[in-house]
Amino acid sequence: MSRLDACFKALAEQNQKALVPFVTAGDPNADFTLACMHNMVKAGANIIELGVPFSDPMADGPVIQKASERALEQGMSLKGVIEVVRQFREEDQVTPVILMGYLNPIEFMGYEAFAERAAEAGVDGVLTVDIPPEESAALLRAYDKYALAPIFLLSPTSNESRIKKVAAVAQGYIYYVSIKGVTGTGDLELSEVTDKLAEIKRHTSLPLAVGFGVKNANIAANIAKISDAVVVGSALINCITDNADDENKGQEAIAGLLAEMRTAMDAVTK
Amino acid sequence: MATTSSDQQSTVTDYNLPDDSGHFGPYGGIFVAETLMESIEELNEAYTKFIQDPEFLAELDADLHDYVGRPSPIYHAERLSRETGGAQIYLKREDLNHTGAHKVNNTIGQALLAKRMGKTRIIAETGAGQHGVATATVAARLGLECVVYMGAEDIKRQSPNVYRMKLLGAKVVAVTSGSQTLKDALNEALRDWVTNIDNTYYIIGTVAGPHPYPAMVRDFQTIIGRESRAQMLEKTGRLPDALVACVGGGSNAIGLFHPFIEDEDVAMYGVEAAGLGVETGKHSAPLCAGKPGVLHGNRTYLMADENGEIIETHSISAGLDYPGVGPEHSWLKDIGRADYVAINDDEALAAFHQLTRVEGIIPALESSHAVAYAVKLAKTLPADKNILVNLSGRGDKDIFTIAKLEGIEL
Repeated sequence: MSRLDACFKALAEQNQKALVPFVTAGDPNADFTLACMHNMVKAGANIIELGVPFSDPMADGPVIQKASERALEQGMSLKGVIEVVRQFREEDQVTPVILMGYLNPIEFMGYEAFAERAAEAGVDGVLTVDIPPEESAALLRAYDKYALAPIFLLSPTSNESRIKKVAAVAQGYIYYVSIKGVTGTGDLELSEVTDKLAEIKRHTSLPLAVGFGVKNANIAANIAKISDAVVVGSALINCITDNADDENKGQEAIAGLLAEMRTAMDAVTK
Repeated sequence: MATTSSDQQSTVTDYNLPDDSGHFGPYGGIFVAETLMESIEELNEAYTKFIQDPEFLAELDADLHDYVGRPSPIYHAERLSRETGGAQIYLKREDLNHTGAHKVNNTIGQALLAKRMGKTRIIAETGAGQHGVATATVAARLGLECVVYMGAEDIKRQSPNVYRMKLLGAKVVAVTSGSQTLKDALNEALRDWVTNIDNTYYIIGTVAGPHPYPAMVRDFQTIIGRESRAQMLEKTGRLPDALVACVGGGSNAIGLFHPFIEDEDVAMYGVEAAGLGVETGKHSAPLCAGKPGVLHGNRTYLMADENGEIIETHSISAGLDYPGVGPEHSWLKDIGRADYVAINDDEALAAFHQLTRVEGIIPALESSHAVAYAVKLAKTLPADKNILVNLSGRGDKDIFTIAKLEGIEL
């Protein structure tokens, strides 16, 4: 069984929902990211989404854009992100790690080379923001060969035909973008999210993760009630920038926010 | 990605691209986040419907005639040709259009489409400001709200156009992310679109972006090539021997080239910006010196480092300062139907002065790249050959930049 499937199975047995933190690899540096991944697991995270910085992050709001710029200034690259995962796996062979980013760095590495290197380093799935199912056949063949799960997005604007297209190719889980907008902006409408998740559930048995508007423990708990996984990104990156002069404090702030979310989520599902 | 020679033959003599999913060979396509997919499908549906609707086309034609001032003339630049020595140089005068460039051909078309789709808010990205002005112009005329995204760097070097957009009632948003130029303005416009998807229409200014934009913008710009074909036949009794146009995203070039693609005896030259020189790395010439990748919704030649991160481009002309290029140009390059060359800042500047001095026509710095290459090409050809240059825009917007470069205080 894949790490992702095992993770969701174990959580279901405990009546728990997955807490999925997102951080941009290399922000503010690679060592910070590696330590942060372990700290996040200790704080209650179940799956880690690692952002691959890109020069032109079209679907991201200002918080993750800036994180990408800082990481690139530090010399982070797709190769470097894979290396961070390899180091993480030296101590943690259980927690699934998903890479999240844009297509061009993968195009430049080559689909096959990327899939092979990522899988070999211990990556479990890849979410590429700017490749819809229609364009993904060649990439999916490479992922299939190396047992990487292709993670796809759905959004409030996804109609039934789009949901079917995504459900036909997605593996691992489906990431539902809860707002019309970019990461870290806007406020999600819980009732709308609930309705849309019900619609998506009619077309897939994959776990559904919800992200893009999860700012605090209260929202995380509300989302945990209606989904299988809660993704938090920009709020964690704010912890880094708010403590830019002290990396330890940044780590503590991230762990603190995740621990709060964990407690609040468990309180409503257990 | 390789094509056989027989494919190339059939491609050129029976050219019908993109395919239904928006591909020009391996290029083009739809590479956007799921959050945009439904809107893009909606746009594609509307575009496919209206581009065949006689009423829509009649309204477009009337606007192009009465509001833009089409057809734009073709002018035989006799003094320039004589001074150059060699082939005859003709200019397609897109600089005489309302708003001063070819950009308006496309914004008129897309704004009419936006209106039919019931959208009330228009957004656009702009580099040199010509597309922003052309968008603000049509938005003013149709009474639509208009927001234009422009890199903070470009705002500095194109202040007359920024003021023009404001006079026209548009809100100009300075983009301070990334390199603060056209590519970042495009990112920001995409972010706006995804956030305001219900009431907003995004008018992309060039033949890039996700399908259907490369095909749609091309179709609105082919008025340039269709007129040119008829005008050259009338003026010279035959088709031109060569076409020359500058290529940033490539909309004026594809607009000129496309109606001639199946005329295999007509050579086509797309002129990219070599900036400080292609060999210095400080240029905007992805077709001459880049490699294929994916950016802004399509697969095409790009300027990126070995990790696939987009690198900063350089050109004296803000309108050519873009790291990608329309996917159809990538395909025309690969099948060998068009040649892509590069002209550096100094050569463009010299051509700017030369055309101004000997013909009394002040060209945009973008178009000056095409003029510079046409002069080079003309020297290699006999006097009975005809070269048609797309003079895509006028240079009024550039005089401040040029004065500053030459140390002249205005």
